[in-house]
Amino acid sequence: MATETDTHGAVSACVDSHGGAVGMPQLCGDWMGNQVFWLVITLVVIYFILSRVALPRIASVLAERQGTITNDIAAAEELKQKAEEAEAAYNKALADARAEASKIVAEAKAEIQADLDAATQKADAEIAAKAAESAKAIAAIQASAMESIEAVAKDTTGEIVGVLGGKADAKAITAAVTAEMKG
Amino acid sequence: MADEKAEGGLVFHPMDQFIVKPLFGDGAVAWYTPTNVTFWLALSVLAVVLILVVLPRGRAVVPTRGQSIAELAYGFIYKMVEDVAGKDGVKYFPYIMTLFMFIVCANFLGLLPGAFTTTSHIAVTAVMGFGVFFAVTILGFVLHGISFLKLFWISAAPLPLRPILALIEIISYFVRPVSHSIRLAGNMMAGHAVIKVFAAFAAVTLISPLSIGAITAIYALEVLVAFIQAYVFTILTCVYLRDALHPHH
Repeated sequence: MATETDTHGAVSACVDSHGGAVGMPQLCGDWMGNQVFWLVITLVVIYFILSRVALPRIASVLAERQGTITNDIAAAEELKQKAEEAEAAYNKALADARAEASKIVAEAKAEIQADLDAATQKADAEIAAKAAESAKAIAAIQASAMESIEAVAKDTTGEIVGVLGGKADAKAITAAVTAEMKG
Repeated sequence: MADEKAEGGLVFHPMDQFIVKPLFGDGAVAWYTPTNVTFWLALSVLAVVLILVVLPRGRAVVPTRGQSIAELAYGFIYKMVEDVAGKDGVKYFPYIMTLFMFIVCANFLGLLPGAFTTTSHIAVTAVMGFGVFFAVTILGFVLHGISFLKLFWISAAPLPLRPILALIEIISYFVRPVSHSIRLAGNMMAGHAVIKVFAAFAAVTLISPLSIGAITAIYALEVLVAFIQAYVFTILTCVYLRDALHPHH
């Protein structure tokens, strides 16, 4: 190529007089030293930045996070256990309270039953006494009624016999009435 | 190339984006000259610092979004090293993280319109590819001495086959750094060049909608490729590291 008569100031065999590329610029040997030199510097700089600053920092943050997560999980486990214990205690207290309550209920029931039994007994006794008294009174009334009936019957018989024209013999009437009433 | 410029409208310069220029003035590019390579490499350093130092500066137990990005990147590569290279590979994690963060940042910075993609240059990827190759090979000999060569002597295969397999293994071992570096540079260069070609077609009114649609689609693909190539480079590094740490298959 006519690079000897260069007017554009491109001082390279890889660039033509118009500043265009001759062939593949990648294969231009004139530039490789420059590229290699700056690349090596770049890689060394990146390596030192990464190994001295960036990677240890990120690693420590990741480790810290891992630690925090592990601790949090352990704390959560502990709290869960505590909650379970509390629940068990609560359940136990509840069961105790229930047992106590049923005991009190049973005691109260028994007491009431005893009172009730005593009252019933007393009432029964009173009723029995009253009944006996009443029976006595009824018997007395019955007896007196019987006597009254006999007297009335004798009188009535005497009167009827008198009305019919007979002469009532008191003794005979009494005997007849007594016999009739027995019969 | 100069001839194409004469054709009205259609100007193809897909490779011009890869030209290395001095940052100041128009002089020659010596090995120490600050160039656009220097500028974009410096930007990728800043991007790495932003992602891994500035964003997670809060160091909160409950991470913010920015902090999560840094921690996800850290966890992603750490797990990769641990899974692929094994537990004893973890002490080489900072080196692998350096490679990954540099490649991923450089790839994504290269996707900015008008950017210079440092990882599209074979000189850049070859330094990393051969760097990994030599580091891993030296490490293998340091850790295992001469028995590191058993990596090529597959004891699981029948005896007559072993010399042939050894030859194949040795060839593939020495091809590793080449494929390792060309894969990354090739992917980066191809995507960017294709976008430039479509961009040139956008000057023609008739096909410009198609061309712009194609640029958008390729760009989306390149976003994917930018990450995947960084991932592939890193995981291959881990695989080579595993071979150095455990050469006895």
